[in-house]
Amino acid sequence: MALAGSKNFSVLPGFGPSLGYTLVYLSLIVLIPIAAVILKTLEMDWASFWATVSAPRIVATYKLSFGAALLAATINSFFGLALAWALVRYSFPGKKIVDALIDLPFALPTAVAGIALTAVYAPNGWLGKALEPLGIKVAFTPLGVLVALIFIGLPFVVRTVQPILQDIEIELEEAATSLGASRGQTFWYVVLPMLWPALLTGFALAFARAVGEYGSVIFIAGNIPMVSEITPLMIITKLEQYDVQGATAIAVVMLIFSFILLLAINALQSYSAKRTGRSF
Amino acid sequence: MTSAMVTSTTVVADQPKAKLKGTKFERNSATREPAWVKYTVLTIALLFFALFLVVPLVAVFYEALRQGMTVYWQALVEPDAVAALKLTLLTAAISLPINLVFGVTAAWAIAKFDFRGKQILLTLIDLPFSISPVVVGLMYLLMFGSSSWLGRWLIDHDITIIFAVPGIVLATVFITFPFIARELIPLMQAQGREEEEAAVVLGARGWQVFWHITLPNIKWGLLYGVILCNARAMGEFGAVSVVSGHIRGMTNTLPLHVEILYNEYQFSAAFAVASLLALLAVITLVIKSFVEYQHDKKMGE
Repeated sequence: MALAGSKNFSVLPGFGPSLGYTLVYLSLIVLIPIAAVILKTLEMDWASFWATVSAPRIVATYKLSFGAALLAATINSFFGLALAWALVRYSFPGKKIVDALIDLPFALPTAVAGIALTAVYAPNGWLGKALEPLGIKVAFTPLGVLVALIFIGLPFVVRTVQPILQDIEIELEEAATSLGASRGQTFWYVVLPMLWPALLTGFALAFARAVGEYGSVIFIAGNIPMVSEITPLMIITKLEQYDVQGATAIAVVMLIFSFILLLAINALQSYSAKRTGRSF
Repeated sequence: MTSAMVTSTTVVADQPKAKLKGTKFERNSATREPAWVKYTVLTIALLFFALFLVVPLVAVFYEALRQGMTVYWQALVEPDAVAALKLTLLTAAISLPINLVFGVTAAWAIAKFDFRGKQILLTLIDLPFSISPVVVGLMYLLMFGSSSWLGRWLIDHDITIIFAVPGIVLATVFITFPFIARELIPLMQAQGREEEEAAVVLGARGWQVFWHITLPNIKWGLLYGVILCNARAMGEFGAVSVVSGHIRGMTNTLPLHVEILYNEYQFSAAFAVASLLALLAVITLVIKSFVEYQHDKKMGE
């Protein structure tokens, strides 16, 4: 009957209605609103668009948003790999709880994360108090932005690397060991190359999420112009000044960046799926 | 994909818990690290985990209860907080079913059929994951605000969307749009279509196939998708903040109420309300673990 792999034939019902509904709903909720932003930008002339998006205060926010997001994603890649490794390869008490809590940043509302991190890292907070004598100020500085972005990006690397690490065949490492490789060499030349695509994907996901993050950052950042303002905050600031065009211009810059990252992540994931034979 | 979802999907779908026992690796001399390596990695990983996840979570409850139960309770039963809670529940109650229907429909089309442009469709479904919540709010503001033709038409017909409940719901629907679909697609793809095809060949109708074959197979994944979608719907901040207008007792959701209290230096009250949302997050994670456990049990059978 249903030939496996035959492209245009299936005995299952409902293809037309389900795909049609999916496309209509997608257009209504996602595509038309995006088009609204782009149309609004087209009303602006190039000179005023450029003047808005290249104003020094705005450029300073790009530097912080992108710089802190890159750094946070890098830190998460390193520690995320360590966490994934610990969860897959070692047994330790409380492992199930650790495994479950990794997803906390997905489930905890960003505003709650924001005020909690601020309370912890403020000069009179638990960790802020400990860091102050060392001359390290976290809350209300760019460092605070970094801390918030590490928090919200933490699960991405762990959750992309963990399943890949679990699926690696032990035989490969056994072969390397029996051929005389040290444990370090096996990790560096056998295991790590298999993890790279997943690590990169996790990095890109954490980075994409961090660049657009708003809720958890604004509380801890202090929002000092030219120092600790992030790009999404500038959209809010422009809106509060009733400068809808200015807000839209900045939003378009962020949208273009989102599209580029989304394409890059897709390419990474299909590359990774090809390498490891599994899909995300 | 760009998300929570995808990654957590992978966890739900492909991770028999038996594998989570590290002993398999620790007993094999080829995959065993020297003790000092093991304890260094464990220390680094767990310290990072404690510092960035456990400490902030504990801090929410500590700060909430610091001034005693009376202050805590008063912050929760105060009329504005109750109104915010009601609006948050209403928002989730509307946006969840909408995205549930979409998620199941989209997953059915994508997982059970082959068609051209499937990859593009998947990418488009992922779009909301990579767009900043603030930009999402702005999109709806531009679409329904008084400066657009649609907005002017709405004003003429006395329909308010922006700075009102419909705007909040729409922004929430956008943010939570991919969650259930993204949870179900890999699950339904992995299960293939043989069972459904057999049912159809034996004479089952479309809805019968779905109710008796597909739904029992995906129920745990579906439950987790709904739970996570719910947590995000109740917790959304950036997008809702742009379209809500922050009218106390009217268009304030719980996260926005937390922000207002915090900015008024009512820290204990802010953390009291925040602790409700943190509790919701913890419950979400507990249900997630339970769903994974059920899934693994089924895989083990």
